[in-house]
Amino acid sequence: MSVKQISVFLENRPGTLYNLTKTLADGGIDLRAMSVAETKDFGIARMIVDDLDKAATVLKEAEFVNSLMPVIAVAVDDVKGGLARVLDEFAKADVNVEYMYSALASKATGQAYMIMRVTDTEAAEKTLSDMNVRLVRQEELAEM
Amino acid sequence: MAEHYYQPEIETMPREQMKELQDEKLRVQVQHVWDNVPYYRKKMEEKGVSPEDIHGQEDLKKLPFLSKADLREAYPYGLMGKPLKDCVRIQSTSGTTGKRVVAFYTQHDLDLWEDCCARAICAAGGTDEDVCQVSYGYGLFTGGPGLNGGSHKVGSLTIPTSSGNTERQIMFIQDLSATILCCTPSYAAYLGETMAEMGLKPEDIPLKAGIFGAEAWSEEMRRDIENTLGIKAYDIYGLTELSGPGVAFECSEQNGMHINEDHFIAEIIDPETEEVLPEGSEGELVFTAIDKEAFPMMRYRTRDICSLSRKPCSCGRTHVRMAKPKGRSDDMLIIRGVNVFPSQIETVLLNNGYPANYQIIVDRVRNTDTLDVQVEMTPEMFTDNIGEIEERQKTLVEGLKSMLGLKAKVSLVAPKTIARSEGKAVRVIDKRKI
Repeated sequence: MSVKQISVFLENRPGTLYNLTKTLADGGIDLRAMSVAETKDFGIARMIVDDLDKAATVLKEAEFVNSLMPVIAVAVDDVKGGLARVLDEFAKADVNVEYMYSALASKATGQAYMIMRVTDTEAAEKTLSDMNVRLVRQEELAEM
Repeated sequence: MAEHYYQPEIETMPREQMKELQDEKLRVQVQHVWDNVPYYRKKMEEKGVSPEDIHGQEDLKKLPFLSKADLREAYPYGLMGKPLKDCVRIQSTSGTTGKRVVAFYTQHDLDLWEDCCARAICAAGGTDEDVCQVSYGYGLFTGGPGLNGGSHKVGSLTIPTSSGNTERQIMFIQDLSATILCCTPSYAAYLGETMAEMGLKPEDIPLKAGIFGAEAWSEEMRRDIENTLGIKAYDIYGLTELSGPGVAFECSEQNGMHINEDHFIAEIIDPETEEVLPEGSEGELVFTAIDKEAFPMMRYRTRDICSLSRKPCSCGRTHVRMAKPKGRSDDMLIIRGVNVFPSQIETVLLNNGYPANYQIIVDRVRNTDTLDVQVEMTPEMFTDNIGEIEERQKTLVEGLKSMLGLKAKVSLVAPKTIARSEGKAVRVIDKRKI
């Protein structure tokens, strides 16, 4: 049960990130989670949004190069060592986390949502299920 | 200081006499080419010209042009005027197989080339008392071999350092008291900066003159080099097709380069109409080599834009002077002395699966040319994996390096950011202030 993340190519200079968020705002898109990875001359903004299809259309119209990428959203207990516990099991299952960032935490459930790109989604899902760790659905993220 | 010539009788020959000499050599050369270069003979026949029609340089305009395209078509032997067994050397231009020029030389051709370089060294004040350090590259590039031969002819002690290894260059200049430096102007500027950083003052540096060419440089750059090295800096011009450096050179006036007219007849043409322009006009420089044997270029279009002047020169040389070329009539760029065509960059992009949507930005930072190739990111190329994108960037840099022989920077830019004028992308932005 992976969720879809939108990755956008950005030049690494002032204003490009603003243009991206402005475009999304004007298109009525709500960001649920976001991270920016950078190199010397370009960057990739990775986002979870409330309306995937609409976001893809809006970005395409504004000529942002983007791609959809399956990631998993993991509901990690918001306690000390909560994330470490999950990653420990991933390591044992030989699942590599390529990158990770956090979404808004949910106070109500006492959990933090971590967005992860892993090498083996299936293995990660099985590990989490064995651990009784919940995966967060796309709709749930959208409504957060 | 009295003006010093290598071949005074030729270099100061009155114009009338020179014209007679040129006309005679031209007639012989046209016959030589007609008899020995079928490629050019065919061109002449197509134009309906035969050697009998050429009496002197006023008839030059009847002859067909040769261009880089002809050199490519006739590569490698098609424009030779002598059998291989009479040739003793080749030299070659930078660039790729497709654009590479391979020029052949008989011993006679080498001698006349080295004489030309010797004249340039003497015009810069060089004598057999001097120590001449040749820091141009040796090998296929004409810079090193040309000045090396010229320096021998003058009788200067020659230090064949070739290019690179700056520390060793400076050590030889200091330890062996080099008085004349031959290299590209950008390398001279770099040597000057390095020596200044080492705390050397102009008066501590034994050099007195420099002969710099193979790339464009400004008067401002000349002053910088002259000040940091404490020398007088002379310009030299040439191209492999015609021999190499020494086709023209500066004298103490530093006001235009004297063309070695006993070997090369210069014309200025309109690059569009190909018509010969009146004296003093600015246009494309065209050369006819009138006594080269192995590689006899006839009306060769250099693509360099400049003008010629027959105003008398205080140095006493009577040979016509060409102004520093202002630019080119094709899209060739000279970057760090290397010839670069945008089409070569396009080829590398296409070979690597990129769209041919790019922009080349050339700049000069601290007297060194920089080449930045900007490529627009496309949905097909884009991936969420940074490592993969960087890997592709690296492959492109390597592809450019092997195509151009130059290290370029590759920048990925957002789609539609490359400036377009009237729908047509501006491919080259040359920010160098030369």
